[in-house]
Amino acid sequence: MAKGTVVINQDRCKGCGLCPTVCPQNVIFMADDVLNAKGYHPATLVDLDEQCTGCAICAVICPDVCITVYRETPAKKHAPVLA
Amino acid sequence: MAKELLKGNVAIAEAALRAGLEAYFGYPITPQTELLEHLSRRMIQLNRVFLQAESEVASINMVYGAASAGVRTMTSSSSPGISLMQEGFSYIAASDVPCVVVDIMRGGPGLGNIQPSQGDYFQVTRSAGHGDYHPIVLAPASVQEAIDFTVLAFDLADKYRHLVMVAADGQIGQMMEPAELPPMRPIRAERPEWALTGAKDREKNIITSLFMQPEEEEAFNQQIQARLKVIKKNEQRWYEYLTEDADLLVIGFGTAGRIAYSAVEAAREKGLKVGLLRPQTLWPFPEDRLSELADQIRGCLVVEMNAGQMIDDVRLAVSGQVPVSFYGRMGGMIPMPDDILTAIEETLTRLYSAAGLPI
Amino acid sequence: MLATLNAPISENSLQVVYEYPESLSPVVTHYCPGCTHGIAHRLLAEALDELGLREKTILVAPVGCSVFAYQYFETDGCEAAHGRAPAMATGLKRVQPDKIVVTYQGDGDLVSIGAAEILHAAARGENITTIFVNNAIYGMTGGQMAPTTLPGQKTTSSPFGRNTTMTGSPIRMSELLANLDGPAYIVRRSLHDVKNIRKAKKAIITALKVQMAGLGFSMVELLSSCPTNWGIQPEKALEWIEDNMVPYFPLGDYKVRDEVNGL
Repeated sequence: MAKGTVVINQDRCKGCGLCPTVCPQNVIFMADDVLNAKGYHPATLVDLDEQCTGCAICAVICPDVCITVYRETPAKKHAPVLA
Repeated sequence: MAKELLKGNVAIAEAALRAGLEAYFGYPITPQTELLEHLSRRMIQLNRVFLQAESEVASINMVYGAASAGVRTMTSSSSPGISLMQEGFSYIAASDVPCVVVDIMRGGPGLGNIQPSQGDYFQVTRSAGHGDYHPIVLAPASVQEAIDFTVLAFDLADKYRHLVMVAADGQIGQMMEPAELPPMRPIRAERPEWALTGAKDREKNIITSLFMQPEEEEAFNQQIQARLKVIKKNEQRWYEYLTEDADLLVIGFGTAGRIAYSAVEAAREKGLKVGLLRPQTLWPFPEDRLSELADQIRGCLVVEMNAGQMIDDVRLAVSGQVPVSFYGRMGGMIPMPDDILTAIEETLTRLYSAAGLPI
Repeated sequence: MLATLNAPISENSLQVVYEYPESLSPVVTHYCPGCTHGIAHRLLAEALDELGLREKTILVAPVGCSVFAYQYFETDGCEAAHGRAPAMATGLKRVQPDKIVVTYQGDGDLVSIGAAEILHAAARGENITTIFVNNAIYGMTGGQMAPTTLPGQKTTSSPFGRNTTMTGSPIRMSELLANLDGPAYIVRRSLHDVKNIRKAKKAIITALKVQMAGLGFSMVELLSSCPTNWGIQPEKALEWIEDNMVPYFPLGDYKVRDEVNGL
């Protein structure tokens, strides 16, 4: 069972490429085979081995608030997970 | 309330306060400063907002902020300061927020001097900031009118959600004469629903003058023009004296109009058929009444304390029906009744001889 | 690679730990890809959510790239003339001191045309909060030199690189304002990496708490990127902040009144 995962709103994504550079698990990539409505290559999660821990680092760097982060252990909902 | 001996600037300040002024932001500049000084004491006494800003530019933008919060707010200045505030006026006009500005006009252009002048006519009626709009402009000729028009300014500002200016020259600001102040009106309890008071239990309110799409901007401008049309229809105000049988109509506003009154009386004593029209609103200009009078008079004599600005509106209103002459003084020189009387006599001589009538 | 190739999420076992802030409008912004305005907006929105301020906040947007900021926040908002946001905010705040008034301004707006307004708002200890986004350039108008443009930095109006003998040196506004008695909290943070973004968020929360407690003027300067006008790809632009801007605009706390520590 995955410890965490993320959902990337690919319509909002402007393909800026920042989230893959910070993901500690290297499970986020720019989907160069997909174009969103605005013509950007959106970021995408590729996590077959369920390495994502839901650390939300990607969401912190995202300038367009595209990423919703889930984590197995119930964390304090209102505060972002990272102390 | 009984009559008191009041200085124009102080009377305007007190009238604004009694009309429910909640927030004043201003900057010192002669010949207007007593207005600010009076409010610096009274507003604090009444636990209302007073702030002397770092500049006229800051003042008008503070007023814009307070107006956006839906309170009765005002600033005052004099010619050079009004020039600095023009961008703010334009933003206010493009945001449908009510606002009152007092301009105590002084000699210009440039630093000019601190003498009375009417050199801001074009500025306040036509170019109070970029874009297509006109503020409503009220022109008092006495301390009493300065009081009455200040209260009226707040009511018109709220009625039309518009920028209203009270334009008086330095003399009206500086002189003292008996006048009666209105009773104190309570401050309004609620704020208008469009005001920026925090989106609690409602959609967010936005106040902006930015319309990127040309279709939106044009539609918005058409709204402003429609409102100006209604204002033009409803709010033309003037004072008229001995016009029924006048051959020559003397036209002047503010102090120039007041002095012209004495010249008209002196002319009548000499049997000359002269009348007076004194616009009390510079915008909307009393064009309807003037075009009616143009049917029965032989000519107009415009008297101003500038190089001739209101004369353009007179010409537009009479649209060529009768000749329009001009007598003006600048630099703070105030036209004397005798000088105006001489101009009246010269103008009448020309009009009668042109009509082949005995002088 | 397929767009999404992931194990299905079983809702009940996984909790949302990070989601779209309530104070941020559900719209896509006009900002360029990789522009850190987006991050600054998100941090402000998160701060407003956490402090429960959305319904009593009024945002004053500047003229500049963030001229549409009021479209991006679920709060009352208005558009100030270029440089005049602190004055407009003063008017808004003084007539309703119980509300939270925030100006969001860029470096052209705040340091250039609006220098007098920010200086005097700070000097008065105006109880407002300013989010000052410093990206060393005029973004909206297409990349001209700003008062914070670095020496030698090429822009569309300093094509040979900023010549400081001709144009003067970049202005460090946080240090300048920190000398006044009025401000209670003035700090400079940066958005160039995750660690600093987190610090920036804490600073924004503190600044809003300063306003809530009525302690006086608060400002958070945020070193930011402008990939499009710098002509640098987003990730490299963040590095450019660290390598070039931080040395000239040192990060840190420039004024923190004692009472602020207790918040």
